[in-house]
Amino acid sequence: MLMTVERVPLRVRLAAAGVDSVTMLALPAVLFVLALFVYPFFYGLALSLEPKDNAVWYANYRAFFSDPFLFDTIGKTLRLAVPVTLLCVLLSVPIALRVRHMRHQRLLTTILVLPITLGTVLIAEGLLNYLGPQGWLNRTLITIGLIHGPLQLVHNYWGAFLGLLISIFPFTFLLTLSYVTGVDPALEQAASTLGARPWARFRHILLPLLAQGLAINFCLSFVQAFSVFPTAVLLGSPAGSTRVISIAAYTAAYEAYDYSLASTIAMVMAGIQLLIVAGILSARRLLYRGPMGGAKG
Amino acid sequence: MIPGMIAMDRSPLALRAWTTTIWVLVGFFILNLLAMIASVVVNSFGTRWFNTWLPAGFTSKWYFSAWAEFQLDDILIVTFQVVGAVVVLSGILGVLGAYALARREFPGKRLVMLLILLPLLVPPLTFGIPLATVLYQFGAGGSILGVVLANLVPTVPFVVLVMIPFIEQIDPRVEAAARVFGANARQMFVHVLVPLLAPGILAALLMVLVRTIAMFELTFFTAGPSSQTLVVALYYAVYAAGVRAPQSIDAMAVIYMVTTMVWLLVALRFVNPTQLVTRVKKA
Repeated sequence: MLMTVERVPLRVRLAAAGVDSVTMLALPAVLFVLALFVYPFFYGLALSLEPKDNAVWYANYRAFFSDPFLFDTIGKTLRLAVPVTLLCVLLSVPIALRVRHMRHQRLLTTILVLPITLGTVLIAEGLLNYLGPQGWLNRTLITIGLIHGPLQLVHNYWGAFLGLLISIFPFTFLLTLSYVTGVDPALEQAASTLGARPWARFRHILLPLLAQGLAINFCLSFVQAFSVFPTAVLLGSPAGSTRVISIAAYTAAYEAYDYSLASTIAMVMAGIQLLIVAGILSARRLLYRGPMGGAKG
Repeated sequence: MIPGMIAMDRSPLALRAWTTTIWVLVGFFILNLLAMIASVVVNSFGTRWFNTWLPAGFTSKWYFSAWAEFQLDDILIVTFQVVGAVVVLSGILGVLGAYALARREFPGKRLVMLLILLPLLVPPLTFGIPLATVLYQFGAGGSILGVVLANLVPTVPFVVLVMIPFIEQIDPRVEAAARVFGANARQMFVHVLVPLLAPGILAALLMVLVRTIAMFELTFFTAGPSSQTLVVALYYAVYAAGVRAPQSIDAMAVIYMVTTMVWLLVALRFVNPTQLVTRVKKA
């Protein structure tokens, strides 16, 4: 008996566990992610703990959190990213609820995909023209008589805010739309038949079903808003109110050539990101506990 | 079910006002978006534009000057080389990986899936800087190879995730039949699987294409002077605005827009626009 067990070749035993030549086809992709994502990440972590000039291992982190020039970038990034992400998520829900009944949905979604494919750099350049003191927006507002002099909308916080809004809203909206269209309309019809008014239907039927999706949507949109870079440089004031954390990382790496500090900033960024994502997902659990059935199926 | 019927059946006035507000918001957003794009296009064809609604006259000379000033032929060649290599390599690695993950259950599969999801959940900037450092250490930084490798980090997982549901739809008995008739693994892939998967592969790779053209951060951190793609060159041009005529920069922006939009239009024939955003979508 023992003999036969031993004689089963390794190949066969592995195949029984689901590992054979087909499984090995995943190996190139896995090795690739390990070599170019996992390894650099840990390399960056190690590098951040080896500061220049043989200082203590945590010297970079101490420098980051004690130097207001570096530390304040967190606050500046959050002041830009949190309102934009919140606004995008909050606006996307009522709009998606209307748009799901629309017949020419594809045309609208196509127009909204444009800013995503054009990318942040082009949006920044376009908005520099459009929002500038001689741009069409200021011109129109003056002609209507809403304002007397041009509004200063570029090279400050509001420039970066609007640039970020235009780049992120389409992304948030399309995600919300895909969650909203996943809710079975029969649920709402049933509530309506039982006499629920629109607000009650939204509050007690749709919102609980959408909570999970909206939390994920917030996280994914926030990831993009938090790492805002070209928009903050080109449309904001990169030395002042929109000196965001990615600018600090870039300056450390490519202007000061201090890769150790740059890696530190990248790690701090990843840490904050993780904290916020974890916070949102646990807040969602407080709001609603229960099956997700009916929302996505 | 008539669309909007539920909404219309009671208290029409408040609902009308609410609906109107929403459409005004959508309209306002789209109007500003299109006006922004139009202002770039108009400026790139304008002679002199100052203090008026439209430029004083129209010309196409900025396209020639932008082409020469920014050496756009070199930049476009680099862009297409990078994008082409990224599309082909992420297609091969991604489809093979997706096939294994769709067809086999093995110990540690959840870990592998998590590993593949991670690069899509972390902003490119956080791993871009350490990755650039590693690439420079191995001598690949600042070269086209480095740019291609960096751009593959989010695209390989993307193709894997998009392809898994497509592969799961194919009946494994089709493959078994091919093997019974004597096809080896390679022949089975080339003559059976790839033709069956063609729509899925096409959709996934077009999305990779559109996203790689617009991918700024990773290219920006890894590119050297001779390996800039169009989007990075555009960034430098806008960043150093004042050095060159603004119309010249906008002419380059229009050239960039045309390269992305052509592919977007091609892509939209095969994919649903929302798919460009939602990565893991059941096919």
